[in-house]
Amino acid sequence: MTRLQEKTYAEPMINLETEPYWRAAREGRLMLKSCNDCGQVHHYPRAICPRCLSSATAWVQATGRGRIYSYSVMRRAPQPYAIAYVTLDEGITMMTNIVECKLDRLAIGQEVEVVFRATEGGQQLPLFRPAARKGSP
Amino acid sequence: MPTLLTPRSVSAFIAGAYEHPTRKAIDKTIAQLHAESAAGALRDAGLTKNDVDGYFCAGDAPGLGGLALAEYMGLKLRHIDSTEMGGSSYVAHVGHAAQAIAAGKCSVALITLAGRPRAEGLQTLGSRTYGPGVPEYGFELPYEPAVTNLYAMAAMRHMHEFGTTSEQLAWVKVAASQHAQHNERAMLREVVTVQDVLDSPVIADPLHRLDCCVISDGGGALVVVSSEIAGRLGPRCVKILGSGESIKHNDGGLIDLTYTGAVRSGPIAFGEARLKPSDIQYASIYDSFTITVIITLEDLGFCAKGHGGRFVADGNLISGIGRLPFNTDGGGLCNNHPNNRGGMTKVIEAVRQLRGEAHPKVQVPDCRIALAHGTGGNIATRMGSATVILGSNDA
Repeated sequence: MTRLQEKTYAEPMINLETEPYWRAAREGRLMLKSCNDCGQVHHYPRAICPRCLSSATAWVQATGRGRIYSYSVMRRAPQPYAIAYVTLDEGITMMTNIVECKLDRLAIGQEVEVVFRATEGGQQLPLFRPAARKGSP
Repeated sequence: MPTLLTPRSVSAFIAGAYEHPTRKAIDKTIAQLHAESAAGALRDAGLTKNDVDGYFCAGDAPGLGGLALAEYMGLKLRHIDSTEMGGSSYVAHVGHAAQAIAAGKCSVALITLAGRPRAEGLQTLGSRTYGPGVPEYGFELPYEPAVTNLYAMAAMRHMHEFGTTSEQLAWVKVAASQHAQHNERAMLREVVTVQDVLDSPVIADPLHRLDCCVISDGGGALVVVSSEIAGRLGPRCVKILGSGESIKHNDGGLIDLTYTGAVRSGPIAFGEARLKPSDIQYASIYDSFTITVIITLEDLGFCAKGHGGRFVADGNLISGIGRLPFNTDGGGLCNNHPNNRGGMTKVIEAVRQLRGEAHPKVQVPDCRIALAHGTGGNIATRMGSATVILGSNDA
């Protein structure tokens, strides 16, 4: 059952609020939204802070490192893939896929780092892979 | 036997309940299934269409809110509510109908659900979407969240934090199958063992095929009436003792998959009913997947957080054997999950139990207090949760 992933990725839906996120992704940067009023970070990114409804939100670059909060390998798909929630070092958890990994050896708590892959339409999509440094699941 | 701590006035009763018998509706339209379900529930109540003055439906209703179906069924209304909370909607509608009746906005409320995903060839791989402009889609859909692998992530985290096992998950399915063997309309009537569940193919780690509910066509309907009308209709009317609802979502990335909105909907409903989990003799618990039941039982207070796996093990949910008989119709895991929205059938089986009309093999003796809980949307992203506590006519 163990295999490396080679799959295609559908285009994300990009809108007025999220276009800068995807522009940064094309440049290999993972961005979060931070609120200048309450100081808190959120994801997915909004123009309005979901913690205090302030409009004073700003883009900040994430370290791109984190740990697997949970995951599941979709065995029934023609090409099995790993969906996951990754908790970033910034404390925010985001949905993603884990790639460049042995699907049978993933673990909650595993250290991962962001990597970008092209979608079918040429957008760059943030995914995660096991971190280069030794993980401690 | 549970007794109400103090007498309380009950303003609304469930007078009619009907589960559409079909499980695959290649020969019927969605509107037709709604109307057939409505007719069944009104017949069950001893009322007619012209008695209905309030109508409740959710996102499965074709057209704008309830307008198209009200026209299709020829309803004349003074109250309408199209609250959409996924599969939990119909449990919430029971509470909303009781509130509307207490406020004098209507006196006979009809609630309907119907759909035909099997006839329409629903695919279980891929993501369910709900129209354009949904703000989170760009950050979820490229990663191929199906329904199963999202619930699987909740199960995986529960196992990690609390030591829950696949065997414990399997006990939920075992109990459902023990009940379903007595339901001639259940899609899956074969009794299964824990080993059968573990031997079924893994769909999305750690969930096996037998951890997943059925997909079925069909529907159902409920009729909620005022106490005055219930008094005329007789003892088959079931008391609405309490209701609660809530939602839970990803909270801007502060994700915790170990609990559901039931942590709020449950206490609200119990508080209204002035009852506690140990008073519940029968529980209908939304069972989209086995993990849904385990987390929900914890959240509703039937056991401590993290103890759900141990609670369901060894047949504790089997009628006549366990402490908490659940889903005695076979639930969504074995009987019916019309249009992927199981809240309606949860209420219907609770009504059967409180009337003493469940199958004799699964009927809870002298069942006077029951709970029905719905979980809509997805427990790994955003969900609606709705709880009702019901009492028999003499409770």
